[in-house]
Amino acid sequence: MKVSLKVNGFERTGDVEPRVLLVDFLRTNLRLTGTHIGCDTSSCGACTVLIEGEPVKSCTVLAVQAAGRSITTVEGLAQGANLSPVQVGFHEEHGLQCGFCTPGMMLVGTSLLERNPNPTEDEIRWAISGNICRCTGYMNIVKAIMHAAKLREAAKAEAPGREAATAATGGE
Amino acid sequence: MFPAAFDYRAPTRLDEALSILKQHGDDAKVMAGGQSLIPLLKLRFAHPELVVDIGRLPALNAIKRDDGHVSIGALTRHVDIEHSRELASSAPMMIEAVRWIADPLVRNRGTLVGSVCHADPAGDWGSVMLAFGADIVARSQAGERVLQADGFFQGPFTTALRPDEVVTEIRIPVRKGHSGGAYLKLERKVGDFATVGVAVQLELDGGKVASAGIGLTAVGPHNLKATEAERFLHGKEPTDQVIVEAARLAAAASEPKDDVRGSAAYKKDVVRVFVQRGLRTAIGRAREVRS
Amino acid sequence: MATQGHMHGRIGESIKRKEDGRFLRGRGNYLDDVELPGMLHMAILRSPHAHALVKSVDTAAASAMPGVIAVVTGELMAQHKLAWMPTLSYDTQAVLATDKVRFQGQEVAAVVAETKYQAEDARNAIVVDYDVLPAVTSPQQAKEAGAPLIRDDKENQKDNHIYHWEAGDQETTKAAFAKADKVVRLHTFYPRCHPAPLETCGCIADVNGATGKATIYMTSQAPHAIRTVFALVTGLPEQNIRVISPDIGGGFGNKVPVYPGYVVATAASLLIGRPVKWVEDRTENLISTGYARDFHMTGDLALDKNGKMLALRVHLDSDNGAFFADAQPSKFKAGLFHIVTGSYDIPTAHITADGYYTNKAPGGVAYRCSFRVTEASYLIERLVTNAAIELGMDQAELRMKNFILPEQFPYHSATGWEYDSGDYPKAMNVALDKLGYDDLRKDVAARRKKGEITGIGVASFTEVVGAGHGAEFDILGLRMFDSAELRVHPTGKAMLRMGTKSQGQGHETTFAQIVTEELGIPAADVAVEEGDTDTAPYGLGTYASRSTPVAGAATAMVARKLRDKARKIASHLLEAAEEDLEWENGKFYVKGSPDRAKTIQEIAFAAYTNIPEGMEAGLEGVHYYDPPNMTYPFGTYAVVVDVDKGTGQVKVRRMVAVDDCGVRINPMIVEGQIHGGLTEGFGIAFMELITFDADGNCIGSNFMDYLLPTAWETPHFELGETVTPSPHHPLGAKGVGESATVGSPAAYVNAVIDALSPYGVTNIDMPVTSDKVWSALRGAGVNE
Repeated sequence: MKVSLKVNGFERTGDVEPRVLLVDFLRTNLRLTGTHIGCDTSSCGACTVLIEGEPVKSCTVLAVQAAGRSITTVEGLAQGANLSPVQVGFHEEHGLQCGFCTPGMMLVGTSLLERNPNPTEDEIRWAISGNICRCTGYMNIVKAIMHAAKLREAAKAEAPGREAATAATGGE
Repeated sequence: MFPAAFDYRAPTRLDEALSILKQHGDDAKVMAGGQSLIPLLKLRFAHPELVVDIGRLPALNAIKRDDGHVSIGALTRHVDIEHSRELASSAPMMIEAVRWIADPLVRNRGTLVGSVCHADPAGDWGSVMLAFGADIVARSQAGERVLQADGFFQGPFTTALRPDEVVTEIRIPVRKGHSGGAYLKLERKVGDFATVGVAVQLELDGGKVASAGIGLTAVGPHNLKATEAERFLHGKEPTDQVIVEAARLAAAASEPKDDVRGSAAYKKDVVRVFVQRGLRTAIGRAREVRS
Repeated sequence: MATQGHMHGRIGESIKRKEDGRFLRGRGNYLDDVELPGMLHMAILRSPHAHALVKSVDTAAASAMPGVIAVVTGELMAQHKLAWMPTLSYDTQAVLATDKVRFQGQEVAAVVAETKYQAEDARNAIVVDYDVLPAVTSPQQAKEAGAPLIRDDKENQKDNHIYHWEAGDQETTKAAFAKADKVVRLHTFYPRCHPAPLETCGCIADVNGATGKATIYMTSQAPHAIRTVFALVTGLPEQNIRVISPDIGGGFGNKVPVYPGYVVATAASLLIGRPVKWVEDRTENLISTGYARDFHMTGDLALDKNGKMLALRVHLDSDNGAFFADAQPSKFKAGLFHIVTGSYDIPTAHITADGYYTNKAPGGVAYRCSFRVTEASYLIERLVTNAAIELGMDQAELRMKNFILPEQFPYHSATGWEYDSGDYPKAMNVALDKLGYDDLRKDVAARRKKGEITGIGVASFTEVVGAGHGAEFDILGLRMFDSAELRVHPTGKAMLRMGTKSQGQGHETTFAQIVTEELGIPAADVAVEEGDTDTAPYGLGTYASRSTPVAGAATAMVARKLRDKARKIASHLLEAAEEDLEWENGKFYVKGSPDRAKTIQEIAFAAYTNIPEGMEAGLEGVHYYDPPNMTYPFGTYAVVVDVDKGTGQVKVRRMVAVDDCGVRINPMIVEGQIHGGLTEGFGIAFMELITFDADGNCIGSNFMDYLLPTAWETPHFELGETVTPSPHHPLGAKGVGESATVGSPAAYVNAVIDALSPYGVTNIDMPVTSDKVWSALRGAGVNE
């Protein structure tokens, strides 16, 4: 089946069997390997991508279901050389160790801050409760997202009335 | 961990979907969010010849207040329920329950109706439907059937639906007056299926229980309605004694099994504890409602 | 990414990680991200039975399926003498089953196809005829007379017993017990759990017939050792084997062993002549790869009436699965378990250990265990808290009373360890202070009066890491030294390569910092590489918290070697005698004339352009470090829990962790390691479990059954530190990666036992699930 979708702002097409999972389409067909596979029971969230800005498990979506939709993967967070506030937050607060869960965590954080620019620790922990991390114990991931929240606030304060240039959800 | 091959159709009109199901019903599975079906496909526990994706059908994702009930369309996702102002005011127990469903990522894709049709005995929504006394609207080429929640769940992953039918909406009755509910769930961690879940929805009239619905999750071959407990509560003032007895009856009606989550005796006792707590909370909320 | 400052990134600075860039951008290079031209995909067929004869393997249907290039069976592997391979414990393990299958999930056959979807489809078409045999699922069953013989493939194996091992002194211990006023016994099971790194194991084997070179990408924590093992097993010449460990998504010991999948993929690539990729799925990872623990332990602690510890006696039965494949120093059959006297001055101890075969996956040494220190620490810390309860003493007080004191170091333990340094009372006091212990105890008493169920758990662990001195520590004979090769380029930048392999521990940053400290080159200018056996110096890899103690020491030593050479070059450049030069802040200067100086960068340039006559050019070196001793990190952890009377659910209200790992090179990275370990300990204490039914079916073979804590359950951690340097380590650093997984499970469980002790409960084995707590409460007549 031909499938056509927007990934990180670009139209991408492929020809896949209906059974092909979105995560495999991204990794194998589009060679976007930043989205990872960590389990086989939709339990770990390593495969998280954004569909229309909302985080979902791409291992539990068929590529054909995503036809016509707008997908954001981790590769779509940075704007050229400029890391997004969430990416900066993860770096500044040591929010990653092995990095395998990180794309998913950052996408959830990105989506959360769009809806809730000033989340509490509990709200962050709740938002990432579908994403497993084995390395960090979550403490610094929470700090990273809070750090990003502050960066976004600061950027808004610097440019009132203008869309914060550093808020990147990738593409249109 | 990849599905076996299957054919795939994504109809864009309801009549098209119904025609496909009429033709292929026995070999087909309907898919909305896919959060229950795709995991089964990946483990190859389910191997339908055809997957009918109803995700492209129009006008099925609305939450509408309508003549004594709230209508929830087949494509309404759990997250849509979580953010629904309508449900927050007319059926707040659903908001409490939805936060227990799976995890935030699954809630962005999975649907209430899909969950109910999947009929996992450990599924939370089934108990909520039983507690509310919801109606399930099923369409086929032959017409429309309105099925009551009570009797809809017939066994593990088995409902009263025919293979040529698709559910287009679920209707949650809205009670005027002093009503309140609660959903309690014991899960080992976020994303785990319930060890035990309890849904309570009741109405008070003149300080007495006018109606009570109690649904039980993961303690039987399907979501259970604690009918005896409900009958016991009816017409009574909800004193502590009454609550304790109702909880005992509900626990007695449950049919849990020993498994990794705990012994049957444990689960029965948690049913008892949760029904007690749930009733107290529901009564408190019902009393708070300004008429 | 780090700012370019003069000597920026010295020891003790929490500089941001240099390796973050690629991970933040989704450009990490994990095993499954690697694609080679012509690459094929392999899927492994595994046994559904725990114990069965293999009557036949029919591959006809599978071979005919779309995209299938080859189907590999045990028979085919046997023809190439590869159906069996050695384990890291001098046993043998089946690569693909020939006669029998001995655990559920054991490898039986493999399909190689063009795509992974095709490989899985074809795998499901292989038909195997099994004759099911009764399964052995515990050491108790394994030792019963008439128990099925699991290893009938081994000529001299008459039963299921693998090893007997002892440490300490039986006679003096017996005498001490005879004189004891109190003996506290604890029988406890540390259940099977699994490291479950988020990335599963896998490899890409590329045996190139044209060049004779075999390149194997592998999720391996120890690439050099694996290369040597491969050379011995496959007969491929070692100079033509290149093992590349790319970015690894978590290891925790799961990625140390050689797995059959690696060997089959290599054989397949050799036979087919194309690269073969094998990546296991999560179920395969949980059901067949290196699990952890599974120790049945009985500990007796002898005390006098004042609570002074007199002796410790321990017996343990180890469940080793179907093949003895513990990844541990070869002289120790039960790992370093005999550290079990822990932080306490116990004059005499006797340990006996017996290992058994069962019909389960092989393994045992994994999951941040420091070679079985997790088991030992758990036992002693549970015993001590139980002793306190029995004696009516406070558990912190009983510990204080028996701690080895600072003046006793170096301390010779009753089982032969020489602890390098420690200050246990200090760490305990910091923890109690942070906790507000006295007020907390009053609060606990007040809440209990109101009928609440609440408790405090304490654990004061001593770890032993940094394996290790070659004469005592080897894996398959390979001595456990480690290495660092440092090259300083003409423009003053450097490249550091080591024999270790990070799986997220931040080596690219931490080890650069050692070079900054010793040689003055800013950390941002030091590239750190690991994992490619063609380029990295030989080492034994990263596990058991050994990288900082061993490779970190090697890094310091090689940097010092280069500094010595730099001094000579500086002397030449400054026309001053070497002894007249001072080294400070990355430069040599003439004593008394600080403006007559040469920076390390200037010296590096000179090493290639203006070298003294007779001296070798360049500024490069390598050091292989043989540690004189282990290092002994330690700490005190304390946990406060509340228990729901109705459901038995346990909530951790507070978790205080005070760690002492000696000098902290990058405190931010150290704390991250501790957070992670405390979370794994939390999971182990409350929810993680691999168990088996009577037929040997594995329960816990996916993430719906094997439960990992999310951010929602995981408590908030309060960290503290003390610093007691290691006297023998060049930097005073001790290693910390596993401390929190070693020390925390007992702290969590002790808190629950403390909470339930008013009701007479003295033990609940892990995982402490709500149903077990409920059972204990109801058994004591407590109800909601």
